[in-house]
Amino acid sequence: MGFLLYSKNGQLVLALLAFVAVVAVLLVAARLAERLTGRGRSSVMVAVFGGPALLLLAVGLIYPAVRTGWMSLLDGNSQGFVGLENYLHVFTDAGGVVALRNTLLWVVLTPLLSTGIGLVYAVLVDKSRLESFAKSLLFLPQAISFVGAGIIWRFVYEYRGASQDQTGLLNAVITWFGGEPVRFLQDSPLNTIFLIFVLVWTEPGFAMVVLSAAIKAVPSDVIEAARLDGVNGWQLFWRITVPSIRPSLVVVLTTISIATLKIFDITRTMTGAKFGTQVLANEMYDWSFVFGDNGVGSAMAVIIFLLVIPLVIYNVRQMAHNKAVRG
Amino acid sequence: MSATLAQTPTVPTGPVQQGQRRSAATVFRSLVTHRVGSAVAIVIAVLWTLPTFGLFLSSLRPEREIKTSGWWHAFADPQFTLANYERVLGGATSTNLAVYFQNSLVIAVPATVIPLCLAIMASYAFSVLRWKGRDWVFVAVFALQVVPLQMALIPLLRIFSNSGVADTFPFLPLWIAHSVFALPLAIFLLHNFMSEVPRDLIEAAQIDGAGHVVVFLKVMLPLMRPAIAIFAIFQFLWVWNDLLVGLTFSGGSRTVQPLTAALAAMSGDRGQEWHILTAGAFVSMILPLIVFFSLQRFFVRGLLAGSVKG
Repeated sequence: MGFLLYSKNGQLVLALLAFVAVVAVLLVAARLAERLTGRGRSSVMVAVFGGPALLLLAVGLIYPAVRTGWMSLLDGNSQGFVGLENYLHVFTDAGGVVALRNTLLWVVLTPLLSTGIGLVYAVLVDKSRLESFAKSLLFLPQAISFVGAGIIWRFVYEYRGASQDQTGLLNAVITWFGGEPVRFLQDSPLNTIFLIFVLVWTEPGFAMVVLSAAIKAVPSDVIEAARLDGVNGWQLFWRITVPSIRPSLVVVLTTISIATLKIFDITRTMTGAKFGTQVLANEMYDWSFVFGDNGVGSAMAVIIFLLVIPLVIYNVRQMAHNKAVRG
Repeated sequence: MSATLAQTPTVPTGPVQQGQRRSAATVFRSLVTHRVGSAVAIVIAVLWTLPTFGLFLSSLRPEREIKTSGWWHAFADPQFTLANYERVLGGATSTNLAVYFQNSLVIAVPATVIPLCLAIMASYAFSVLRWKGRDWVFVAVFALQVVPLQMALIPLLRIFSNSGVADTFPFLPLWIAHSVFALPLAIFLLHNFMSEVPRDLIEAAQIDGAGHVVVFLKVMLPLMRPAIAIFAIFQFLWVWNDLLVGLTFSGGSRTVQPLTAALAAMSGDRGQEWHILTAGAFVSMILPLIVFFSLQRFFVRGLLAGSVKG
């Protein structure tokens, strides 16, 4: 018993055993209920199969989200009602404005660049001999955590004074060409752009995989016809490929935008949000867990939520449209 | 959606016919674009691999070398050591990551198994069982994907801190939090997959006298195996690589904090101790990379692509 309760591995085993036991009891209950007839039977089935997930969602997601919405209208200790003051704070506080500006930059640049790179690469390696190997190279960063990616790129961006030997790859290249070393992560406002590049490094893998499948689905007779008409590779790309995969492009763009809005790991690992690189998701964390002001923190969570909604609606409509078109 | 999981896109066989109408100029132009295209592809591939490779090479160099010269000097002056790994896997407590590696595993396994099982069961309720209001509830679950983690964080944390259950079971909040946040997408994807299973198959089993439990266990689960495997892989990687939940729900305690949170803290406190950071980062990547390389065929061959119909 001691092993199960007091060691980590024990707790892991205990958790799995307990969970399996709960599921088993539910299924046995359902098996017994199958002897019942009529409505009773069907509602037991729904309760057994759907109940646990729905209960968890209600307690763990719906209630907390509603509560956060309410807390965003209360003061820092969630005691008194302050109306929209917290939201006002986000939009007027100097730090808040910087975070909003940076977040906007992230959400505009990341999807465009990642999707562009992923698309170009997918087209270039399509049907080449080393296609799957080439693809896995670009996809590799997708397996790495944002924290890991942050450390990888801090190493690339590393800066040493001009008199020293540069240990960062980029500055080494710059000084090799006779330039002055650049403080990539410290000098605002360009440092935000360099942080964005890190996400632009991780995301094209996703874009490439989705878009590559879409490219392969473009009917070959269309391409052949265009070729016979003397269309070159460049024109083929813009006039045939891009219009044919437009629905997938939209889905990839919106999916990356949504992910970008919520990412705080890179900023946190690489600059600790210093030097004017703050973003909304990280500021939300700071207000809630560092400064302990649940009001402003919740307001920021709600703002992220509100920014995500139009993207999701657009995404869903596009997917429904794709389904309708392709059946 | 995931209906296309198993289906490989049709690739036109054979090279495009060399039409007689193609002039020499066209051939030349396409040759040039081909060359330029290959060069661009190679440049991208190198740019996307080099930073990771540089980090890996650095992690094998002695501390003094890492701090004074770039990793490319290792080619001219090869000096390699495992000292950095010894330090992060067995050294002093402040830089020992072995315990966090274990934490990450203890967090990730139940945080993959629990939402997966619950989602498979729920998708059965949403695709095979027929009940009033089913479609509306399903749309509601689908819509929950909109809610960012940040929206639920503080109140969910309060539930756990008020109940005191985390004192006895410190990992419980992390397991539950990860499970909750994974459920909407998991239910949505698995439901789509399940609704593609031919109705006849289920009805045939039912005529043979099988109840829902038997249909679920004997008919559905075997058919769902590929979809389950894919989702399990992604959920595991997602939990392993997560920082936000790990940071907030571990309460900063060493006993439960995952690898990512420990590493992020190191990157802040020991920002210049590159020998620890490089080895530490690689330790955190090793499991995802093994998963990635052993299953890369799944990854790259349109499994993710299955989630979006082109």
